[in-house]
Amino acid sequence: MIAVELVKLFRRPRTWVTIFLLCLLPTIVAVFLSVTDVAPRPGDGPAFLSAVLANGKLFPAAALGIVLPLFLPVAVAVVAGDAVAGEASGGTLRYLLVRPVGRTRLLVAKLVSVMVFLLVAVTAVAGTAYIVGTRLFVPVPGSPATVVTGLSGSTLTPAQLAGRTVLVILYISWSMLGVAAIALFLSTLTTSSLGAALGSLAALVTSQVLVSLDAASSVRDYLPTRWWLAWVDLFRDPILWHDLQRGVIVQGVYAVVMLVLAWANFTTRDITT
Amino acid sequence: MIRTEKLTKRFGRVTAVDDLTLTVGAGDRYGFLGPNGSGKTTTVRMLLGLVLATSGSVELLGSAVPHGRGAALAQVGALIEGPAAYGHLSGRTNLALIDASGPRGAGGGRRTRRRRIAAALEQVGLDAVGRRPVKAYSLGMKQRLGLAAALLRAPRLLVLDEPTNGLDPQGIREVRDLLLQLNEAGTTIFLSSHLLTEVESLCTRVGVLQRGRLVVEDDVAALRAPTGRLLLRTPDVDAVVGLLDGRVEARDGDLLTVRHGDPAALSALLVGSGVRLEELQRERHSLEDVVLGLTGPGSDRVSGSPPDVIGGAPPSDVIGGEPQ
Repeated sequence: MIAVELVKLFRRPRTWVTIFLLCLLPTIVAVFLSVTDVAPRPGDGPAFLSAVLANGKLFPAAALGIVLPLFLPVAVAVVAGDAVAGEASGGTLRYLLVRPVGRTRLLVAKLVSVMVFLLVAVTAVAGTAYIVGTRLFVPVPGSPATVVTGLSGSTLTPAQLAGRTVLVILYISWSMLGVAAIALFLSTLTTSSLGAALGSLAALVTSQVLVSLDAASSVRDYLPTRWWLAWVDLFRDPILWHDLQRGVIVQGVYAVVMLVLAWANFTTRDITT
Repeated sequence: MIRTEKLTKRFGRVTAVDDLTLTVGAGDRYGFLGPNGSGKTTTVRMLLGLVLATSGSVELLGSAVPHGRGAALAQVGALIEGPAAYGHLSGRTNLALIDASGPRGAGGGRRTRRRRIAAALEQVGLDAVGRRPVKAYSLGMKQRLGLAAALLRAPRLLVLDEPTNGLDPQGIREVRDLLLQLNEAGTTIFLSSHLLTEVESLCTRVGVLQRGRLVVEDDVAALRAPTGRLLLRTPDVDAVVGLLDGRVEARDGDLLTVRHGDPAALSALLVGSGVRLEELQRERHSLEDVVLGLTGPGSDRVSGSPPDVIGGAPPSDVIGGEPQ
């Protein structure tokens, strides 16, 4: 069933358009930066961009930082929101279930395909960003910028850089689990893919607003978007694990709770479409 | 093959299916008739475990639904309320995906898939359609593809909800012939439809649903019993009326309706008296008369009806119209 879901996902033109657009945005940013050579002041704008001008090898991480707050959640919400609701509104859900496919099995397959989409999308963004970054931001030979400097000022070896970029990919993918689970849950509630996607985005916007609201500081640490930006800590020396751990735990809890709700709802629902 | 016991489904305050007990035997061609909105589709969905019953039980091929539905559904082919497919993929790919979704056993192996798909497409007359995406199909072609999906695993039971929707007369004939042929080979057919002629031309047994209740379940032959009247056509109308004084019930040109039970005796009598007979046959109830007599006006007709149209009309007055 998982293989079937992956075939459905990747034979769908929309999947590739989404991934293409996700890769396009950081590329546009890179082109502007390299043409104008005007970097945001350090501490301003998306994390890391100022460092990128010096060395393009940091651009994959910067690119993920660019798509993380908005574009990646939107893409994930659209795919996960469509997972069950799309089949329901297209009428294919009833044919799958009478084939028969167990409802739990179908839900698990949908979840796996959403996670695979997430990993492929994030990896594609990082990959194109590496190519674009190393082409457009060539350090002057002999200048100090030929070595990559982390946020703490110490030097990163190429192996360290590669390892930390992989960690960033994993952490950012994990950070999207909460959104994916919320969207999947909503997707089992409604037959409108759009409704499910927008509903989960509304939850994220709410979370973002509350994170920046001092009056909500008592709940802030438990909000799904609270630790998203902690990936930057992976480029400190030594890595600051505290916030990253919090982020992993919070996302995991959201994912588990939402998936249990999705399962409880989907396995007891009347399929009338 | 199918047995339901006091099956009831309520959606909120509306009772869609009410205390339904029906039986479909092996080898039957069962016609499930009823006006639009009478609960046919809800019943079909409960049989297949898509909709969960409020009370009562369903037994499908010996397994309880919904708990043991896996084993049973693998041997059932279904077409539920119109076909559905992934529009951007070809018909062949759609069939491969739906087949790969099902369990491995029960005639669904990967090695035989290509051959089974080709056979199913040929059965429904779609074998030459090629790689066109389904969104470019006509409604009739989609219907045929849905039927092919139902036939993929040579099911023991076919559950078909309005299978000839969108087909032209030629296509309807083809589907009917196909179903008859499958039935002859041992497939039980459960056909849900509001088209009386479709059921009449295909089915051996009918169940009639009215406002969620089964108002009659019987063999088609029994429902279409002779009325005890004969229809005869003759150029010597006056001679016949004279001979059979009092037994002629209606007269329409040269066509007479006569109350008489035995066509052989009547023809002997008339011919013996020098009357020329053109036609003589028993009058039978048409399925249409029987069913419309049982069901009254369609239940999606809302003018002047009580507000709980689908729900609670008492059934006794409906059954009152049952034929002899």
